Amino acid sequence: MSTELVLQYLVAGLTYGTIYAVVGVGFNIIYNATGIINFAQGEFVMLGGMTAVTLHGLVPLPLAIAGAVLVTMAVGALIEVTFIRWLQRPSVLRMVIITIGISIMIREGALVLWGESVRALPYFTGNEVSSLSLGGVHVSPQVLWSLAVCLVIVAFLRAFFQHTAVGRQMRACAANRDAAALCGVPTRNLVTLSFVLSAGIGALAGCVVSPITYTSYGIGAGLAIKGFTVAILGGLGNSTAAVAAGFIVGVLESLSVSLLPAAYKDAISVTILLAILFVRPSGIFGSAEVARLEAR
Amino acid sequence: MNRFMLSAAALALAASSQAGAQGKEPLRIGALLAVTGPASFLGAPEARTLEMLVEDLNAKGGVDGRRVELVLKDTGGNPEKAISFAKQLIEEDRVFAIIGPATSGETIAVKPIAEEAKTILLSCAAAEVIVNPVLPHVFKVAPKDSHAAEMIFRRMQKMGVKRIGMLSSNTGFGKAGKEQVEKLAPAHGIEIAVSEVYDKAATDLTAEVTKLKAASVQAILNWSIEPAQAIVIKNARQIGLAVPIFQSHGFANIQYAKAAGAAAEGVMFPASRVVVADALAATDRQKPVVTAYKKAYEARYKEDVSTFGGHAWDALGILVRAVKEAGLEREKVRSAIENMKGFVGTAGVFDFTPADHNGLAIDAFEMLTVRDGKFVVLGP
Amino acid sequence: MPASRLARIGLFAAAVVAVQLATQLAGKGFLLTQLTMSAYYTLVALGLSLLMGYAGQISLGHAAFFAIGGYATGLLTTVDLAARRGGGLVHALERAHVLVPRPDLYGGEALSVHPWAALAAALALAVAVAFAIGIPVLKLKGHYLAMATLGFGTIVTSVLLGTEALGAADGIGGVPPFPLAGGLAVGGGRTARIANYYVAWGLVALALLLLANLVESRVGRALRAIHGAEDAARAMGVDAGRYKLRTFVLSAALAAVGGVFLTHYNASIGPGEAGIMKSVRYVAIVAVGGMGSLWGTVATSAVLSFLSLRGTFGTLDDAVFGAVLVLVMLFSPEGILRLDGRAALAAIAGRLRRTEARP
Repeated sequence: MSTELVLQYLVAGLTYGTIYAVVGVGFNIIYNATGIINFAQGEFVMLGGMTAVTLHGLVPLPLAIAGAVLVTMAVGALIEVTFIRWLQRPSVLRMVIITIGISIMIREGALVLWGESVRALPYFTGNEVSSLSLGGVHVSPQVLWSLAVCLVIVAFLRAFFQHTAVGRQMRACAANRDAAALCGVPTRNLVTLSFVLSAGIGALAGCVVSPITYTSYGIGAGLAIKGFTVAILGGLGNSTAAVAAGFIVGVLESLSVSLLPAAYKDAISVTILLAILFVRPSGIFGSAEVARLEAR
Repeated sequence: MNRFMLSAAALALAASSQAGAQGKEPLRIGALLAVTGPASFLGAPEARTLEMLVEDLNAKGGVDGRRVELVLKDTGGNPEKAISFAKQLIEEDRVFAIIGPATSGETIAVKPIAEEAKTILLSCAAAEVIVNPVLPHVFKVAPKDSHAAEMIFRRMQKMGVKRIGMLSSNTGFGKAGKEQVEKLAPAHGIEIAVSEVYDKAATDLTAEVTKLKAASVQAILNWSIEPAQAIVIKNARQIGLAVPIFQSHGFANIQYAKAAGAAAEGVMFPASRVVVADALAATDRQKPVVTAYKKAYEARYKEDVSTFGGHAWDALGILVRAVKEAGLEREKVRSAIENMKGFVGTAGVFDFTPADHNGLAIDAFEMLTVRDGKFVVLGP
Repeated sequence: MPASRLARIGLFAAAVVAVQLATQLAGKGFLLTQLTMSAYYTLVALGLSLLMGYAGQISLGHAAFFAIGGYATGLLTTVDLAARRGGGLVHALERAHVLVPRPDLYGGEALSVHPWAALAAALALAVAVAFAIGIPVLKLKGHYLAMATLGFGTIVTSVLLGTEALGAADGIGGVPPFPLAGGLAVGGGRTARIANYYVAWGLVALALLLLANLVESRVGRALRAIHGAEDAARAMGVDAGRYKLRTFVLSAALAAVGGVFLTHYNASIGPGEAGIMKSVRYVAIVAVGGMGSLWGTVATSAVLSFLSLRGTFGTLDDAVFGAVLVLVMLFSPEGILRLDGRAALAAIAGRLRRTEARP
């Protein structure tokens, strides 16, 4: 294979990777604040895209996206307040099951609200056939937008968790909830904030990839699975690692198409994940103790 | 919103049947359609079409004075639900005939049940194995994949294309199409350099089209009915693959052309004439039928008509004509369908025979293309 | 066997018979179809209940074992080796009655594996896969375990969808009925409906007996010790790993049995049976019925599967599952049969009064 071809596969991989990375990051934010894996994370991405398309019929694109992010954040807060707050030290099993139930309800709600048809936002710049040629490798401008948004999100999260008071409080909350509460950290509100943040990020991601992948009521489940895979691969709780893992998985899937029948593409990332889990259960970059301490 | 309307309407239709029960026995028709779930872009338009037609029929006094009752079951595309509902329709609701299912997988599961119960089954699914070999009570109203492939290959030969890359989805539709394409390609001197299957829920196919580019194909053929159809052509153009793109008849819904935007320009595909109703010559046999269906459907549901919804129109129309001819007796109606000639439907003109329970010939298809975001007939 | 358990099984049998007679009296014999299908899904749920409730292991990929059983038997009983009759192995197998001729749907005659032999093969395969997967997977904990089982289910679905020989998206059809003794067979024909109903629920009763015995035995106590406090159990000399693995394999075998018989009953199986949505349903049923509560699981599975197969919820089928799941997990996490009304009301009252428990 020529370098050009390899690079083209890489670019394809980056497209998938961005999507996975952002969903994975969303998982980590909530996990760090609460220890919960929120299987409804994929639904936030779906809601962001769908709401933005609906709003776009009324207001210009940037406003539609902002509106969609806000609406999804509200939904995230609603979920936390209505369902999650009830629980007192739930077991992993119970939490997994509840968030799965919530994701099902959101999906069915979307079906009732929007029907089964497929929608997409318009490309931010250019259109469906525009592509930039960088040294023989073609890439759609929307992919570059997605990458940019992903990096901005990562940078924002870094800054938030390292340098703001609220961010540091959330990290304290993740490290030791009771101690943080004793120190006067408003842990309950921070849990809500983590859901809001996660929802907002998911929604933003949903908007920026919507022109590429299309949005419909059912895309949440598949995204959640991929995002979960990526979050575990990077080591639960480590957001930067999740992003890296997302790109790794994306590129591996893309390269696998060049060698194996594309029919098995979805099985590739999972097989890799299982292989890694059996050898290193805390993920590529994770370390069991350190993972809980860092909320990057 | 549509979903509730649909169930409410179906319930109302069933309930109100009690009122109109004087005189002749009503014609009770069962429908097994994937209104929700992964095959909903097939089942939902089909369900809406049936609902619309049944209301119309009843408003005009029913079929020979018989009220038409529609019992609609949403299988969600699940074969086990299709099996369960089929048995329900046959034994509990005692339907006269069943329209559907919408997908090949479900039809294959339900076929033996309908046959054992001697209930007429008019499937809207595409696979050839549904009517080949022929089962007496099983019929198919969707056009043949082999005809679609044939139309595409003829065009390719005309354009001098010899080496193609094929992409198909991992659904029954994609699989059946792939089989036909692989079977017919050699006879037309066409080599399939690369053949890849992708997941129906795929959101980006850049890697797959890159593989096609690497194989230096002269044309791309994509066979699927999911939104992935639009994604494929976008990705192909984005990586600079400028070769002609062919799609299957699954592309025959303008929303895919809209979704793919500029990438859809010049895409070629075979389709039934219902999607170019306005452009048909006044002398075309199908013109009155497809124009009427298009107008009624679009006015009522505010969405573009598609060939899928048309299958339901054809199925119901064939059944109604047979009942008018033969009365409400199963074996007579079955025989009437089997020998029906010249039924002008949305998918084409049907000529059934005991050996051909599909009734559509290759002229049911027209080769279309996309120009300025609209479907137009592809000239010679 | 203690008298109380005998009594409960007796009650269960009586209930099964009562339901059948009721449908007969009401002239609604067709309901038995959905009840029979529910019974086979209940087998999966029972195994999962043991795994989740007693061994405390979550499995988000259990539908894959159901599919492995179903596909194995589907493939073996529909394969046609008539063309290879001359070959030594085929000939020997035919002499041993492992391969038998059967009429196919279109009037010809095919040479396929005898359903009993196919059942044995399906079970062997499911057990082998469960061992192979179980050994590494059960070393994981919490979310990692959930992910691994999810991943397993995804791989199986991918393989089923991507392989032509397994029918890819169409699955396998034309599966012949499964012959039991004396002319009775598991199959979807209308005439054998009542018999099939009893066979299916009879299997459930057998499974219940087996599992109930297990739970009361040394193995069961070991499992509960592991579930409660694994490290303590290990310290007491309980080989946690071995017990967890065996439970996993047993639950996989039960799922495979369900898959085998439902495939023969429906005469077909498709790749949808292996999917994540199905696995989630089984988990939902077990959670709602009460993890580890075998009776709760049977009741919940019977009711929910039945209603779903009847289409009672129409297009809102998944929504109902989701809602029931969330509500039960919030208000009655021990399962719906152990619903503690007072506790639930107290929780709601506490919430409304904004006196929340610790965060």
